[in-house]
Formats: sequence, C-alpha cells, structure tokens
Amino acid sequence: MLIKTIPRLRPSDVTPRAAWMGRREMMTGIAGLAAATLAPGRGRAAGITGRPSPFSTDDAPTAIEHVTGYNNFYEFGTAKEDPARNAHTLTTTPWSVVVDGLVANPGTYALEDLYSTDSLEERIYRLRCVEGWSMVIPWVGFPLAEILDRADPDASAKYVAFETLVRPEEMPAQRGLFQPLDWPYVEGLRLDEAMHPLTIMAVGLYGEELPNQNGAPLRLVVPWKYGFKSIKSVVRITLTEEQPPTTWNTLQPREFGFYSNVNPAVDHPRWSQADERVVGEGLLAGRRETELFNGYADEVAGLYAGMDLTKFF
Amino acid sequence: MALADGVNRAMRRVPIGPLYVSAFAPAAWWLWLAVGNRLGADPVATLEHSLGLTALQFLVGALAVTPLRDVTGVSLLRFRRMLGLMAFWYAAMHVAVWVSLDRQFDWARITADLFKRPYIIVGMAAFLMLLPLAATSFDAAVRRMGPVAWRRLHRLAYAAGLLAAAHFIWLVKAWPPEPLIYGAVMVALVGWRLLPRTRRTRRPVATG
Repeated sequence: MLIKTIPRLRPSDVTPRAAWMGRREMMTGIAGLAAATLAPGRGRAAGITGRPSPFSTDDAPTAIEHVTGYNNFYEFGTAKEDPARNAHTLTTTPWSVVVDGLVANPGTYALEDLYSTDSLEERIYRLRCVEGWSMVIPWVGFPLAEILDRADPDASAKYVAFETLVRPEEMPAQRGLFQPLDWPYVEGLRLDEAMHPLTIMAVGLYGEELPNQNGAPLRLVVPWKYGFKSIKSVVRITLTEEQPPTTWNTLQPREFGFYSNVNPAVDHPRWSQADERVVGEGLLAGRRETELFNGYADEVAGLYAGMDLTKFF
Repeated sequence: MALADGVNRAMRRVPIGPLYVSAFAPAAWWLWLAVGNRLGADPVATLEHSLGLTALQFLVGALAVTPLRDVTGVSLLRFRRMLGLMAFWYAAMHVAVWVSLDRQFDWARITADLFKRPYIIVGMAAFLMLLPLAATSFDAAVRRMGPVAWRRLHRLAYAAGLLAAAHFIWLVKAWPPEPLIYGAVMVALVGWRLLPRTRRTRRPVATG
C-alpha cells in the first residue's frame, strides 16, 4: 500500500546549490568536486548531505561513474551495466516503508517521515562484493537503529528482515522468461548487527539523492558484509524471532551464508576470497588483500565472539 | 542444393590470410581501450571475460562447421583450422591475462586455484586440450600423423568445447541466460556427432 504524501521540503530546495556545494567541497575536497562535475544529470539531482562521520574511511572514494555505472541490482538485469541502463524506469516518489513484526509501534512510513535530515551523516565506507571486487563509496544515510528504536522491538525480536520492491512494470528482470532470482529480494540481519552504529540506511550518494541503480530511494549498507547483504530499494522492515530467509542463501545455501561477513580466510566454494580487485584502479593495479570484516574488525568483531566463522559463514 | 553450391563457390574465393588478421582485431581493439584506460570500472575483468568469451565463440564456430554442412550443405571446412586456431589464441590470451594482470604472477594462489577451484580446473583443462590441437594444426603435422590418428586426436575439441562451456556456467552467480545458452549450443554441437551417421547426412534444403 502506498500512502500519498506531499513531498517535504529538502534543504536543497531552499539552499542555493553553490552554497551547499561549497560546504561539501570543504568537507570532502576533491571527492565533492568530482561529484559536482560528474554527477549524472538525470533531472532530479537534489543534494543530500550529511555531517562527516568518524566511521568514514580515509581511503579515496571510487570515481562516481564507477559507483553509479558498475552495479549488481538483478531486478534490472544481471550485467554490471544493466542497472545504470535500465533503472531510470523506477519511480521512487512516493515511497513508503512498512515497519512491522515484533515491534511495539508498527507502521507504514512515507520515506520523508522515516528519518530527520538532521540525522544524516556522510559515511565513506569500503564495499566488498562477494564476486571479488571492491569500491569505496561516500554514502549519505542515517543509522538503521533510529528506525528500530522508534519501532521499539519486543524482547522476543532477534532478527530484522528486509524486502525490496516488487514492481515488474518498472523492473525489467522481474518479468519475462529468464528471471535470475525469486522476488522479492529479501535479506536479514541479527538484531545486534542491525543496531550496530556502522549499519546505516543510505538515502544519498556523493552528496546527491541515491541514484536508482544504487538502490533508491532507501537502501541498507552493512560495510563489513559482502555487498549483496546491503539490500536495495527497501519497502519492508520486519522484526522476527526466527532467522529470516535471505535470497542468495536460499538459492545456494552452500555458497552464500546468512552472515556473509567479509572474511579472507573463508573462501566461497568456487573462488578465493583472499583478495580483491579495487574498482577504478586500472589495468596494472593488481589486487588488494581482503581484510577480515572488510577492515571493520575493531568495530564489529565483538558481535561474533566465540562463533565459528567457518561454520557461520 | 543450388543455394548451398553457390555459397560454397563464393566461399572458395575468400582468402584465408586476411581472415586471420581480422580475427585478431577484437583483441587489438580491447588492448587499445585498455591502454587508454577505457575498459570501464574493472578493466582486468572486462579484458579477461572478453577474451574468454571470444575463445568460446570461435570454438562454437569451429565445432559448427560439420553440423552446418550436414544440415545445409554449406561447407566452411576451409575456415575450420582458422576458427580452431583463433579459439586457441584467444584462450591463450585469456589465460595470460589471468596469470599476469589478474593474478599478478602470484604463483602460490594460481597453483591453489588450479587445484581447488573446479571452474578454473575445467577451464585450464579445456585450454590444455587445445594446445596439442594447435600444435598439430599445420599440413605437415596432418601428413606426418596420418589422417586417422590426426582425426582421433582432434576429437579433443569436443571435450574442450564442453569444458569451456562448463567453465563459463560454473563461474557465474545464479543462472543468467548467456552461459546457459552457450552450454546448450555446445551440447547440441557435440551431441550431433553422436547421432548415427545416416541420421545426419546431408539432406536437401528447401529453396522456396
């Protein structure tokens, strides 16, 4: 069910572009400048900015044309270029998100009511794909914990399930003969993972609204897990007691675990996860050694104390 | 069979030498793009995949020559050696890019992959099978081996084709259509050889 709302004014509606771009440039230097020059002119490039965050990496962000041109978003096709080519058909306004399950305050929220612009932060995170490549992405988002706190999970809630939009008329791979996955795409986290301060819901990228191919208008970002855990275009968030089914795990349980924490010591059954190609580094760059929890071990290793990461991969 | 005969007559006039040159054109083009850093986000993967896919396509072409003649009467036999050799060269470049640009001569991990990863094992097996075929592709080798032994050896191409298609299917996530289509085509081309000879001899084509 979609609830029609009058779009709330965004800061960009009242702030001259030059002013907020100036602020961005101070904050992110070259990266901000690159975003301003290269951001695809799709017509609705409203700025979305956030406070700098101590959780951001110092690594240089991947060029915006790669972040927005090289994507896995199977609803729009399985080739890396497909989402950028096909996702323009997706309408993201109005957008509503159901928050339900084992919570005291279930509800259906218009996107605008899901977060306060004051809570937005820029989080420059590494992203490691299960396929063996990686990027550095300047997201703009807010902690998922804000949504969960407001929903007030019951004591019995142990997991959070997420669901992507199903809209075949706008998502070409959801119709026709060859459909690569079962829809809706579903993902899940343990409640403590979901509440972790590193876990965010992103609404922006490179200081602009999230492009459709990156999971507009609202996507999960869990930087210490393989990219497919960071579900895109989220329409439902459900608190559960049992571990929820997740798309890739259901498709190939031996290959894609529920946890799917980045771990160079636990190979994918068909390929090594010891290293990764860094996107945008060119032909001769070689590979980067993959880090445990994608380099976020200091922050998240405690979540898995005592767990056999080979068994719970 | 007037149409097939006409095609065959025209084909006989096509010089082979320039075909070799033009068959290398895609590789040259990708190299040009690569040097200018215009191969996109993950140029190593793009180069590697493009070379591998082209090798597979030449292999399909080489293995399609006989069924095509059986079904339509059009004979591309003159071009089969070129098709097979180009499959070999593209496979060789594919392996070379994997070892150098992708794996950066990290022999420990290359060796580990060669023993642990089924898709790499079957891919490498397919390439190794093409080696003796390429090495015995010239006329003197055929004369020296004799046609019977030569033909027996070159049946390896069937196994190489199936393994190459398996390699493709085995390395992707989920079931995207492209590798499955190549797999089906390869199974059909090799399966054709298993049909009784009487079932697959040349039959007339409708011309109307």
